[in-house]
Amino acid sequence: MSLTTAHSVVAPSANSKRIAGAIVVGYALISIVPLLWIFATSFKTPPDSIAYPPKIVFQPSLEGYCNLFTTRTRQTPEYINALGPATGLCDATVRKRNMVIAGPSNFLPRFVNSLIIAFGSTFCAVFLGTLSAYGFSRFKVPLADDLLFFILSTRFMPPIAVAIPIYLMYRELGLSDTALGMILLYTAVNVSLAVWLLKGFIDEIPREYEEAAMIDGYTRLQAFWRTVLPQATTGIAATAIFCLIFAWNEYAFAALLTSGTAQTAPPFIPTIIGEGGQDWPAVAAGTTIFLVPILVFTILLRKQLLRGITFGAVRK
Amino acid sequence: MAEIRVQNLRKAFGEFVAVQDSNFVVEDGEFFVMLGPSGCGKTTTLRMIAGLELPTGGKILLGGEDVTMRRARERDIAFVFQLFALYPHMNVRKNIGFPLLAQGMPSAEIRTRVEETAKLLRIDHLLDKSVSGLAGGDRQRVALGRAIVRRPKCFLMDEPLGTLDTEFRDLMVHELRELHNRIHATTVYVTHDQMEAMSMADKIAVMNHGVIEQFGRPREIYDRPATMFVADFIGSPSMNFLRFGGGLAKGAKEIVVQGAKVTVPEVREDIPPADMALGIRPEHIRFDDTSKLRGAIYGTEYLGTTQIVAVETADGIIKARVPAGIHLAPGEQVGLALSSARLSLFEKGSGRAVRTAMHDQAVEARHG
Repeated sequence: MSLTTAHSVVAPSANSKRIAGAIVVGYALISIVPLLWIFATSFKTPPDSIAYPPKIVFQPSLEGYCNLFTTRTRQTPEYINALGPATGLCDATVRKRNMVIAGPSNFLPRFVNSLIIAFGSTFCAVFLGTLSAYGFSRFKVPLADDLLFFILSTRFMPPIAVAIPIYLMYRELGLSDTALGMILLYTAVNVSLAVWLLKGFIDEIPREYEEAAMIDGYTRLQAFWRTVLPQATTGIAATAIFCLIFAWNEYAFAALLTSGTAQTAPPFIPTIIGEGGQDWPAVAAGTTIFLVPILVFTILLRKQLLRGITFGAVRK
Repeated sequence: MAEIRVQNLRKAFGEFVAVQDSNFVVEDGEFFVMLGPSGCGKTTTLRMIAGLELPTGGKILLGGEDVTMRRARERDIAFVFQLFALYPHMNVRKNIGFPLLAQGMPSAEIRTRVEETAKLLRIDHLLDKSVSGLAGGDRQRVALGRAIVRRPKCFLMDEPLGTLDTEFRDLMVHELRELHNRIHATTVYVTHDQMEAMSMADKIAVMNHGVIEQFGRPREIYDRPATMFVADFIGSPSMNFLRFGGGLAKGAKEIVVQGAKVTVPEVREDIPPADMALGIRPEHIRFDDTSKLRGAIYGTEYLGTTQIVAVETADGIIKARVPAGIHLAPGEQVGLALSSARLSLFEKGSGRAVRTAMHDQAVEARHG
């Protein structure tokens, strides 16, 4: 719509645009500084990372990444000199500190655990959430309101409040330190969010679409698959991101319930110990790599996410 | 194509009865319109024929087959929704071909069928466009295309022109009727717009509060309304009612309204004393100073060839449709002459029309 008046009443003025822009940029800076600091630290050497005053300009090094992926042992210079030439960049880096690579660290398996558990639980939560949201939206479910309230009420308390019962239960059921156990737990927490978010989206899709498809010869499930689902992709993407971020970042339960085979990255990263204390560049390197999947996923789905979080703000 | 037979159809939502005891037959190839104000049960009836709602009681026969409790997809019908329900994630071609895909038709055949249908509706140039960019009329045509492409037993349409603007609506009324004349599909069409109903229908059922008040040809419904509701609902401006008291005897040809004697079609039944109403269509009123039935001009509405004149009588405002050439000043006293052969009589309590000689003509007309 084009307005012919010289001064529009609804369009923001240049001044208010500038102020809004400044606020957004300021906020972005504040939130991005810690991330940039972590990113920078991951390329520092251990002495640089704890230097005082902090070093803004430094000689970049991959030592943090080398330390993240390997375990090392200290050797005498004679032993190291007796070895052949360094086999790679990391080998060369650690030799400068009188160490040799003893083997791979646990970071990669922990990272893979995180991927399996986070994406697995996100898939389950969104799958169950979509189906139940569709059910609540389209069918006369007895006590629907109470059920929806009950589902929401599982989010009223901090999840960690039930840590002890869950810990005991998981031990009894043999779910402690298993990927399945973590997937079930994160799914249970996320499914309530998924049902509520998705119900809103599905309510917005007129039921005429399925009715038309059902009259045209499709079963309800086919109609749901071919007409409702394609139109709910925005909502599903937004829900998936929220679920994934929660499951990916969850620390407390992961620290409590996983210790070995099923341990995820969040409880693992802070335990990276270097010689004589925390190996900060390795921790920062782990954190940096840990951020990548979420970043990629969010960038891929950012259009849907934007629509998802502003959803319902303006109704047609 | 097939005939639709609805027998004692009933639908209740808890306490609320949406449709009570509906009976009608839509003959093969007929264009049938269900007309009524919103909430009268016409859409519910349509949805029961479609299989989107299951009736509380009664039967629905489609081409002689009992489909009352059958699933929508097993009924072989097509439905056009008010909001068209075009799938936004598919283009026009895919939308029209969607029902054929369900039948597992080979894609080459789908292609030909879709193109034939598009040609019939003159939308073949739009086939590869996205449906979201289409104008109202074209969306309507795509929705129709999706319905006819399958060659179903019948078409059901739920206020399909309701969201179009007037210009498109007139065009589509014409197109729909023309399409019907070409393919002779049994059609059930639901609307609250009497102009659409009158101009398209072979037969109309006028519904109110879940009851079919009258079922018949448009002319019959307009000329011989079965109830005061139908008389009031059909026609613009609607029928005028003048109260009169006392009963009616069989053979009576005259009643007294506001002290004036009015000749009416010969009454064919005895009516005990009760409140009655005389129904007069606006076009059946002439101005005649010799008439005893009098009123004062209240206002006029100029319509080009005719004008609607509101006349204040002792029993409220009456509207007359008279030639535009007559000059009338507000407040002027006029006499009202009524076309006797075209008057309707109603029992006010039940709203039912009294049987008169006018209904004989109806019987004659039907047999002749």
